[in-house]
Amino acid sequence: MSPLSELFLRSVFVENLALSFFLGMCTFLAVSRRVETAIGVGLAMIAVQTVTVPVNHLIHTWLLAPGALAWAGLGDVDLSFLALIAFIGVIAAMVQVLEMVLEYHLPGLHRSLGIFLPLITVNCAILGGSLFMVERGYTFGESVVYGFGSGVGWALAIVMLAAIRERLKYADIPDGLQGLGITFIVAGLMSLGFMGFAGLGGG
Amino acid sequence: MAGARFRTLVTPLIGENPVTLQILGICSALAVTTSLDTALVMSIAVTCVLALSGFLVSLVRRQLPRSIRIIVQITIIASLVIVVDLVLKAYLFEIGKRLSVFVGLIVTNCIVLGRAEGFAMHHRPLDSLLDGVGNGLGYGLVLMIVGAVRELLGQGSLFGVQLFLPAELGGAFEPLHLMLLPPSAFFIIAVIIWWIRRRRPEQVESPEFRAPVAGTETPR
Repeated sequence: MSPLSELFLRSVFVENLALSFFLGMCTFLAVSRRVETAIGVGLAMIAVQTVTVPVNHLIHTWLLAPGALAWAGLGDVDLSFLALIAFIGVIAAMVQVLEMVLEYHLPGLHRSLGIFLPLITVNCAILGGSLFMVERGYTFGESVVYGFGSGVGWALAIVMLAAIRERLKYADIPDGLQGLGITFIVAGLMSLGFMGFAGLGGG
Repeated sequence: MAGARFRTLVTPLIGENPVTLQILGICSALAVTTSLDTALVMSIAVTCVLALSGFLVSLVRRQLPRSIRIIVQITIIASLVIVVDLVLKAYLFEIGKRLSVFVGLIVTNCIVLGRAEGFAMHHRPLDSLLDGVGNGLGYGLVLMIVGAVRELLGQGSLFGVQLFLPAELGGAFEPLHLMLLPPSAFFIIAVIIWWIRRRRPEQVESPEFRAPVAGTETPR
């Protein structure tokens, strides 16, 4: 298997953002009541993640990393402490663009996403993806694949959780566990299941 | 007034706990709780950011145009998190390293933005500060409980001090390795939620679906 497809598989299954790093949990738990909305959020997530991780990669390599400003004659400037603000700015801008596109072309989906689209801005999975990209020193090509793969992994997880929760409506659940409690337990069991992928792709 | 302020501080502890009732800030609550010391450092960091961001956002709330308020709030929060990150790197390098990206992720911790948007935008600076501290403590409380359970059952220690001697060193304690793995945090939080809702039935969510023949009875 080529290194890139291996990276893709690893970011979807082994290093699933939602189930092994617990990123994007707020959205993960809050929007997973219906499969349709879950698919919508998942698609939004893939789109935002695929764009922001490579863009943040460019910003990091050419502006923020130690010595990155050498092309402007400022070789000894280290702006990496600004990474958080720069990344979150890019993410907020991307979400804004996505929101306008959706409102214009897919008003139905836009309405059903409602408050959760802006909330993707503060979805830890998006920022986490960018931070992992920096921490692991991916190249540009790898960051495109990683962004797409981690988005797909997250979308996969939330759609599966939503499907299970739709079935749970017919189950007998103790009062105290109703809603949030049982969702946690389901997510825990899914996370146990995903740990089984650990040996995949030579990881 | 003092009574109202005290309530602002205390209700987020259990009554309106950000983690168990508002479903906010769960990501980090799960990821940093493999041991008690990381959980403690994380709670302190989040409490500081929450209190100060509430205070600052509340100070500028009248000058903020509605359309750009989220950006301004996030910039304030991100600046505070950068400060916290640098402080951790300077004084608690080891623990900061184990927290890895999760310190940076305080920026996107939904509690912080949620409180800035939901509380600090409509309240005075001092109240917002107290609300931030209260929510930080509520969050910290859950983190500490989960961290304590996981470290005690997973390694037999608390704060790195060995309380039970593990079996391979001749003791009677068999470490529960599940507790060190990610899924255990889900189960522990589920149990905490269950327990709180047993004590406070008003927090119980109504079932999404009721059998049509059962009438008013909740199916059991």
